[in-house]
Amino acid sequence: MGVGSGRLYAAVAAGGFRRYATYRVATAAGVFTNTVFGLILVYTYLALWDERPQLGGYDQAQAVTFVWLGQALLAALAIGGGGFEDELMERIRTGDIAVDLYRPADLQLWWLAADAGRAVFQLLGRGVVPFAFGSLFFPVALPREVSTWAAFLVAVGLGALVSFALRYLVALSAFWLMDGTGMLHMAWIAGLFCSGMLLPLNVFPGALGEVVRALPWSSLLQAPADVLLGEAAPLGTFVFQAAWAVALLAVGRLVQSAATRRVVVQGG
Amino acid sequence: MGGSGTMAGADTAGPGAAAFIELDGVEKVFDVRKKTGFLKRERRRVRAVDGLSFTVARGEMVGYIGPNGAGKSTTIKMLTGILTPSGGRLRVAGIDPSRERTRLAQRIGVVFGQRTTLWWDLPLIDSYRLMHRMYRIPDVRYRENLERCVELLQLGELLDVPVRQLSLGQRMRGDIAAALLHDPDVLYLDEPTIGLDVVSKAKVRGFLRDLNAERGTTVLLTTHDLQDIEQLCSRVMVIDHGRLVYDGPLAGLHEAGESERTLVVDLERELPPIEAPEPARVMRVEGPRQWLAFPASASAAGLVARIAAEYPLVDLSVREPDIESVIARMYAERTSA
Ligand SMILES: Nc1ncnc2c1ncn2[C@@H]1O[C@H](COP(=O)(O)OP(=O)(O)O)[C@@H](O)[C@H]1O
Ligand SMILES: [Mg+2]
Repeated sequence: MGVGSGRLYAAVAAGGFRRYATYRVATAAGVFTNTVFGLILVYTYLALWDERPQLGGYDQAQAVTFVWLGQALLAALAIGGGGFEDELMERIRTGDIAVDLYRPADLQLWWLAADAGRAVFQLLGRGVVPFAFGSLFFPVALPREVSTWAAFLVAVGLGALVSFALRYLVALSAFWLMDGTGMLHMAWIAGLFCSGMLLPLNVFPGALGEVVRALPWSSLLQAPADVLLGEAAPLGTFVFQAAWAVALLAVGRLVQSAATRRVVVQGG
Repeated sequence: MGGSGTMAGADTAGPGAAAFIELDGVEKVFDVRKKTGFLKRERRRVRAVDGLSFTVARGEMVGYIGPNGAGKSTTIKMLTGILTPSGGRLRVAGIDPSRERTRLAQRIGVVFGQRTTLWWDLPLIDSYRLMHRMYRIPDVRYRENLERCVELLQLGELLDVPVRQLSLGQRMRGDIAAALLHDPDVLYLDEPTIGLDVVSKAKVRGFLRDLNAERGTTVLLTTHDLQDIEQLCSRVMVIDHGRLVYDGPLAGLHEAGESERTLVVDLERELPPIEAPEPARVMRVEGPRQWLAFPASASAAGLVARIAAEYPLVDLSVREPDIESVIARMYAERTSA
């Protein structure tokens, strides 16, 4: 570690950013899809909150804001998949992973840096436009204080870290499973459902709600949204997210060393 | 580690200094588990490398050949540290590869013909910038090495092209450059010319020859293409079923394979097979033309004189054995023995 490796991972992150920036058509298509999804969800939510005002403790403007936040973060936090994990699994399946292992770089940090570059690009390239569109044409509840926005961005960053840590574990499963697509699909469904992407988690009743809100996926969307909407104390939220990030990254390290040992002994 | 780069001669201490790569009874056994039915599994052990011993001195350029599945790639993987031997002793630059993979990485360059280390979606130059940081290459040296590789491998126009748009030959040249930017002492190439066209092959060979001659880089080269070996390597090692079956100069392969030369004889008319003195014998008759095989080590003069004296000879020619058939014979002998 040190300055040298800092520069390496910065270069990897920059590459991750540039790589997604080259896919202009895909980005435009993504912006369109996010906007359309946002519209469908917004009209559903508006109808729902007409029936049940203050559902889950949100007023209508907060519910609408939640929808557009979800669309802004969907790609950046790879909530429905689409990050580095497909590529890493493919490298494991084909054995290309062996090439990565003899390089003097850490596998987890490498992919984290690449995914961070991608996330930043997708936040800007795919998140900003749908969010601005939603804020212009629908009643939203946005904070005035810069500090709240700053806290929101921190929560997004921590959410991205948790998201990475989860997907890293999913990707590493390819070392033991013949076909990792089942794992990928399960991870997407868990991500969409448990992050609050389909419905805010505070709407979920009773024990189910308690459990879902305690799972790591709530760090992805629910946590940053509640910070922005003023529904959660930033510090407590950060601690919750950071605890999941540290725990999951640590498990990822353990699994990584088991996987490396396996490759080194069994050749992949 | 620091940015110290490579230090030529840093490992010249000790009696084994001359041997840069050292294998002593190295083995690799894979445990293969195959599903043979519901809940039924069959376990099989594959001896990919079976008691391999050889040394390579600094600055040598060695060809490493053998049929498919002989254990060539497995050997290369053990030499890089990404595969742990099941037995035996292995050292590269005095380092045990599987124990100190990261330290060794600074000293070696690796090119796997069927895999790429380049960043698929980004321009070639981005991959090189990454190597610059990854191997902590001092700026000046990085620029010099890049310039040199770009010139000799003709990469100038390709630097800004995304790797996925490169042809196989261009990509291979790109990969070779990527493996050399940090001035490795040794370069392993696993099938570097596989799938390349004639022109690309020539470029790659020319570059490797210069690299070895000018920089003294030790090169270990696996290949299917015997022309690679003929044009590049003074020493060749042949491996089969994980064992070394030949190690020596290319020319010596002919004797090791007990190869035969062919005498093609044109007679005035169609005749029964020539009664040639042992061990020469007629292989084929086609009209007035006959093919005789005789040991490569024997002189053709006596045989020719004898035939000329006893038969109506019109013309003749001697064909040297080609190396592929020599090696094919070696393998055949080993499997039938
Ligand atoms: N990871 C592995 N697991 C099981 N068997 C392997 C593995 N890698 C190679 N082998 C087997 O070991 C033998 C040697 O393979 P390899 O070194 O790739 O040969 P070569 O490169 O000479 O074609 C082959 O029989 C191959 O099937
Ligand atoms: Mg091979």
